[in-house]
Formats: sequence, C-alpha cells, structure tokens
Amino acid sequence: MALTLTPEQTLILDAKGGRSFALEFVCTYATAVSASRLIPIASAHIDGCLFHGQVSLDFVKHFIALDAKVAVPTTLNVGSVDLIHPGLVRGEMLNANGRELMQAHLALGCAPSFTCAPYQLADARPAFGSHVAWGESNAICFANSVCGARTERYGDFIDLACAIAGFAPEYGLHLTENRRAKWLVNVETGRLDSAMAAIAVGHYVGRVGQGTVAAINGLHPNTDEDDLKALGAAAASTGAVGLFHAIGLTPEAHTLNAALQGFEPEEALHLSEAGLRAELDLLSTVKAGARLSAVSLGTPHFSITEFARLMPMLRGMKARIPFTINTNRAALKSLSERGWDKTLRDFGITIVVDTCVYVTTILDDLSRPVMTNSGKMAYYAPTNLGCEIAFGTLEECVASAQTGFVVQL
Amino acid sequence: MITVLVSGKATGETLLLTAPISFWGGVSPETGTIIEKRHPQFGATLRDKILMLPAAKGSSSGSSVLAEILRNNTGPAAIILGSPDAILATGSMVAQALYGVICPVIIVDRERFQELIQAQKLTISGDQIRAL
Repeated sequence: MALTLTPEQTLILDAKGGRSFALEFVCTYATAVSASRLIPIASAHIDGCLFHGQVSLDFVKHFIALDAKVAVPTTLNVGSVDLIHPGLVRGEMLNANGRELMQAHLALGCAPSFTCAPYQLADARPAFGSHVAWGESNAICFANSVCGARTERYGDFIDLACAIAGFAPEYGLHLTENRRAKWLVNVETGRLDSAMAAIAVGHYVGRVGQGTVAAINGLHPNTDEDDLKALGAAAASTGAVGLFHAIGLTPEAHTLNAALQGFEPEEALHLSEAGLRAELDLLSTVKAGARLSAVSLGTPHFSITEFARLMPMLRGMKARIPFTINTNRAALKSLSERGWDKTLRDFGITIVVDTCVYVTTILDDLSRPVMTNSGKMAYYAPTNLGCEIAFGTLEECVASAQTGFVVQL
Repeated sequence: MITVLVSGKATGETLLLTAPISFWGGVSPETGTIIEKRHPQFGATLRDKILMLPAAKGSSSGSSVLAEILRNNTGPAAIILGSPDAILATGSMVAQALYGVICPVIIVDRERFQELIQAQKLTISGDQIRAL
C-alpha cells in the first residue's frame, strides 16, 4: 500500500526548511519499509553521538544550517567523550570530533543525557502504549519490553529525522500484531540468581531466535528492572531483538496467553539450569584464575539501584587493578548527594559518564582480560576493544578487582 | 512493479552480490571494496557499479558506510534491490542531501530482478531501467 500523508504532514512537507527535509526523509524510509502512514511520536532517543566518520557530523550540521529543532522531547545516547571528566578518553582527533558531534546535537534541542539507559531518567521514561522513535539496541528493547512503549529498531540518521519531523513510519513493533510472542522459552533457573538467569536467557533468545519476539516463562519472581535491562541488552547483542515478553514481569505479559495474543506458540523450547550455565560460559574467553587488566561495569549504564547493591561490598576494601563504572549524569549527581562517590573512589573505582568503556579508549592496558558482569560488554569487547573477557557476577567482579585475578565464587 | 526510493540517473556495469551483505564491517568506508572475507564477492569494488542486491542484512550503521563511500566517490552508481531495504535508501538520501552525490535506489520485483541480472551494463533514469 502506498504511503498516505495527513493534511498536517503535507503542510510540513510543503513548508520547506529543516522539518520538511526531516519529514521527506521519514517518508522515503516509510516507503522502503512499506508503511502506509506516519504516526506522531511522544519522544525520541538518538544514537548519533558516536563519531563514525565525517558523515555523522555533516548530517547534524545540515540540520543546524536549516535552523531545525527537534519536535519532541529527545534524549541522546552515549558519545565518544566524557564531557564531565575531560582527559579520560585518549586521542586528540576523537576528542575534538566527538565533542563537536555531541555539542551539535544539543544545538538541535536534544537533552544532554548522553546515556544508553534513558529509561532510568524519570522524565525520559516512555509511557505504556505510547509511540516513540528510539535508537540504541538495549534502549529499544527496554522501551518496548519493560515500559510497553512502541518503537521500531531505529538507527543511523532516521532516529534524528523522526525526532525533527515528530513522526515515525507505522510499521513493525508499532503495530499490535507484530508484538505477539511467536516462540516460548520455558526456563528452569535452579540455583542461578535473578541477574545471571536473565543474562543467560537473553543471550540465548538473541542467539537462537535472532529477531523473533519471545515469551520467556519461569524467571525468578524477584527479577527486577536491572535484570530485565541486562536481559534485553544481551538479547539485542546476540540477535536483532527489539521486544521480549517475560511472563508475570513485563506489562504486555501478565499471562502467557496475553503475550501470545491468544495464539499458540510456533515453537516451545526448554532451557534447564545447565543450559543457562552453558550460555553464560559462552561469555568468557578466559578461565577462573586468569590475571586481569581491569574490571568494567555499567554496560548499559549502571543504575542507582545497582550502585546500592554494590556499596556494601566495597567497605574498607581496595581494588588492585583499574576499575571503571559507566553511568549517567543524574546517577553521578545522586552518588555525590549520598556520599557514595567517596566510598567508590576509596575502593579505586573511576566513574565514567556520557560515554562507555566499550566504545571508546579509556582503559590503558588491554593486554590481559577485562572482567565484567555485563552480557553486552562481554559479547562486544573482544571485537570492539580487541581484548579477552571474563564474565562473572557483581560479587565476583568486586572480589576479582581486589586480587587482580578472576575469582569464581 | 518498481518502487523508486531515491530517484536519479546512472549508467554502469552491473555487480550482482550473490549473498546478502552488511555494509557495516563488510565494505571498506574508504575504498568501497568488499572486505567481508566470507562473502562470495570478497575483494570486488562497488565503485561506479550498478549494485544488484537480492537481499540486504545487518546493522543500521550500514547507512553511514554507504553515505561515507558516496562522499569519497568510491560508492556504487546505483543500487537495485530485490527486496525492500531502508538502511541503504537512508545512506543514499544522506549523500544526496549533503554532498549532491546521486545514487539511485530502486526496488524491483523478483521477476524483473532475474531479468536485469542478465545484463552486463544498465542505464537508469527515474523508474526506467534499460540494458545496454
């Protein structure tokens, strides 16, 4: 079916200028994905602040030259640079280009959130059922699955075009019928805690199901938002997962039948505790006892509740190797208000904001493995950073930081 | 049926990719050469070719890579798709808007695609595609 515009949209298109250019862009995209109309969006999240090349910068500058502004509240994903802690990121060119790209987005009216977890910010969390245009794979997965908002998997250029136009093509996960779980994964978590079980099943769902919407049954009843964040981030790393349903935990899955929208699953698979542990084993490239270069947490950005879990583990102890945690500016402020920043510093932890260790050059020494509790970091670090990786629980990461070797608890 | 996603004129030799490709990681942003080692057309250059793609795949960062090779004048003359792909259409639109480089992107149906891959050289103008 051909794309039909509303009179309002036609007027914007005819008016020329930045918004018209953005809308024209969205129209072409809509035609390519066979959408028949454009729908208004409530917010946007732009994954355009990482410097990939001259084009990234020229595109944003083109909008600035046209005097464009975003039409809806818009948050920004991580950039290449920590603007709050200059000097953390190495490389002069990257610093200059990265900084310019981040600031150019602000000139368009985007909020200086610079986080891959915008859903942790109270005023950026999308409402249930609302249509949004979000970029960044883990944010997309969280918005759809945990918030129950509706976004397709937007990327390069089109996320910003939607933000400036104020509209998105109605296709894919914007439509109820495409949000139905097509396959069912029954998990038996056994002695795994909620965090580890969530990452294991996320890794599995992306790896085996690629992009197919899954219903996951049997997770711990105490699985929290941080666990679901980690699940979605892992699933969106190993596969093109934009939405999952966790039965009894996520808002479109109060019951299995609701997640399946009354249909039978096309496939039902069983994942035992041993199966889950096998998924986790795929995340480490080294064995227990290996000597480490560093520990890195917060991919996606560490939430304040994750800091709350970490704090009691640090008292009176010290890390023997570099230890970084990526988080957002709001959490950083909250850390200092609570006086937690001092405890973190005393342990030897460097807080990184606005960016992420796995996309830019922060760690000095990558000759030995880096340890993390993030499935996403573990999946990407060997390619992105070219280092070996050790995956473990939060407790294991802290214990390993104190010895400098991979500790298995 | 023909759907023109990015309109324009182009003439060139055809290059058929017999397997899907992700431009991100699969094509060099500087030279426009296929660098994905497992790809059947590994080592081929996209430069000035009418690229024939039965199906695309991969990361949305492919848009940036296409725009970047078009900016460097190492990109294809046009892209003919056997199935819809928004990632490449986006990259071509960006190159046109920012650098005035026209790389038409056209979707054709399976039958027409099979017919067009017989040609060594094609010329494109709007929704007209002719074998030379």
